[in-house]
Amino acid sequence: MDTERAIVAEGLSKRFGPVQALAGVDLAVPRGAVLGLLGPNGAGKTTLVRILATLLPPDAGRAQICGLDVVCQAGAVRRLIGLSGQYAAVDAFLTGRENLKMIGRLSGLGRAAARRRADELLELVDLTEAAGRIARTYSSGMRRRLDFAASLVARPAVLFLDEPTTGLDPRGRLGLWRLLGELAAQGVSLLLTTQYMEEADQLADQLVVLDQGRVIATGTATTLKARAGGDRLELHTPPGQDPALLAAALAGLGSGAPVIDADVGRVVLPVRDGPAILPELAARLAATGLRVADLALRRPTLDDVFLALTGQQPTSPGHADQPGPPRRDGSRTPTAEGRAP
Amino acid sequence: MTTTAPPAAQPGAPTRALADLVTVTGRNLHRLVRVPTLIVFATVQPVMFVLLFTYTYGGAIHPPGVTRYIDYILPGIFVLAIAFGASQTGVAIADDLATGMIDRFRALPMARSAVLAGRALADAVRNLFVLALMTGVGAAIGFRFHAGAAAALAAIGLAMAVGLACSWLNALVGLLVRDAESAGLAGLLGVVPLIFTSSTFVPVATMPGWLQAFAKINPVTVTVDALRALCLGGPTATHVWQALAWIAGLLAVSVPAAVARYRHTTAT
Repeated sequence: MDTERAIVAEGLSKRFGPVQALAGVDLAVPRGAVLGLLGPNGAGKTTLVRILATLLPPDAGRAQICGLDVVCQAGAVRRLIGLSGQYAAVDAFLTGRENLKMIGRLSGLGRAAARRRADELLELVDLTEAAGRIARTYSSGMRRRLDFAASLVARPAVLFLDEPTTGLDPRGRLGLWRLLGELAAQGVSLLLTTQYMEEADQLADQLVVLDQGRVIATGTATTLKARAGGDRLELHTPPGQDPALLAAALAGLGSGAPVIDADVGRVVLPVRDGPAILPELAARLAATGLRVADLALRRPTLDDVFLALTGQQPTSPGHADQPGPPRRDGSRTPTAEGRAP
Repeated sequence: MTTTAPPAAQPGAPTRALADLVTVTGRNLHRLVRVPTLIVFATVQPVMFVLLFTYTYGGAIHPPGVTRYIDYILPGIFVLAIAFGASQTGVAIADDLATGMIDRFRALPMARSAVLAGRALADAVRNLFVLALMTGVGAAIGFRFHAGAAAALAAIGLAMAVGLACSWLNALVGLLVRDAESAGLAGLLGVVPLIFTSSTFVPVATMPGWLQAFAKINPVTVTVDALRALCLGGPTATHVWQALAWIAGLLAVSVPAAVARYRHTTAT
């Protein structure tokens, strides 16, 4: 019995028809740790969560939750886990309180205990006032919070959160981050998938980057950022001025060649020690008479990490709600993750 | 918050399975009074069927052995209304699948059969209401049970058993079809040809010979004839046994198939 590690996966593989959703994934989450699972759409994040949450059997490999096998001991595993999937999985025709009471009863709580727990959680996610309304009348953020509360009903030791802040407004996102931080502080082990780099950076102790069903990187946010290189100096040229002139003026100043993004009139210069080159930068601008509209020194974000690791840009947070091109008939195409692309 | 799981009976334990069944049934009964389409299928449609078929066909069709068409048609409308209403079970299950509710239930330490059985049990409660409503409306326009109270109760019981088979079949359809609209359509389209090629509206003897051959073995004919025998009187045993055999057969296939499917299905 593995008592040190909350989640262990070894060589997990899963294929859906022609799509290899997972191709041998290994990961381990120590008890009380927060693991951020990052990856673009179709990377296999949801499939991995579903296997760990006993919803899907793997084709190959094995996984344990607190030492219990997710296939052979699925019943026991279900008493340890909480799951908040990508959808706000709440009954739209039950009230907030009824939803949580139902989950409590189905988790084995008695009537009174289920009611108490429902009220506690409604308070926690700030839905006490709306507790008596049917969930259909809730905003998407409120449903999302109710769904999150439902995953906490049985006081899980291990919590799976599949893109937990999708559909939340910035305030709701911050509120959820705070709650997740509290849970982690109480010793709950968390695995959260996200496309929001900021979210992974903010919450996770360890990050696993998944791409096309494989783990392509693991580490802390700091070590992953180091792999993406040093700082970046971003300069925006004012309208009417050729960014190539600016790039030419910056030659040899940074740790690499300046990159021009002509569409937005931007020049990005990789630098090792940003602040140290600022005097030289100012001198060159003065000497050439070139002007800059905006200047920023930026640490590498996880977007940069992703770019460095996969050679492609991950889905930006702004588009995460409608990741794929909408199809004419409005239907959704199943993907490797078994969800809308 | 502590990180220990709550003390709970084994999911497989009979008392636990029963508690889960009660909880899921309660969920569906709540929905029954809050979901507009369910209210229509449970109240408006059965009343409409009784009035429509009685007054449109009643003047033209004079089946042998009855003086009023309502006495002939009402047992048939029992089956029709119950079978149509059951299509909403396929819709609900497909919807639960699409919204992630079934994923949520499957990740809980609950009985594996409870989600489907709880839906079927709630359907049974609805069907009891529907049968009472139709009997009441029927009685107001001339329907009477002619074979005594015991046979009348047996008729209601048999109609409930038909409902159980319909619920499980539609639950299976919902799990297989996965799309709520398609599941609802499949549930209705599966029933319509069977209803119209049965003894529901007209005696089988009035149909062309080739159709009679099918109509006689049609499970709708078998169950409607059994209900009719229980409502009107006359020899009942053979009809009722045949009907029960059909219902048992359908349940023997649909229940294990639906539960097995449920255990291996996740949201798309």
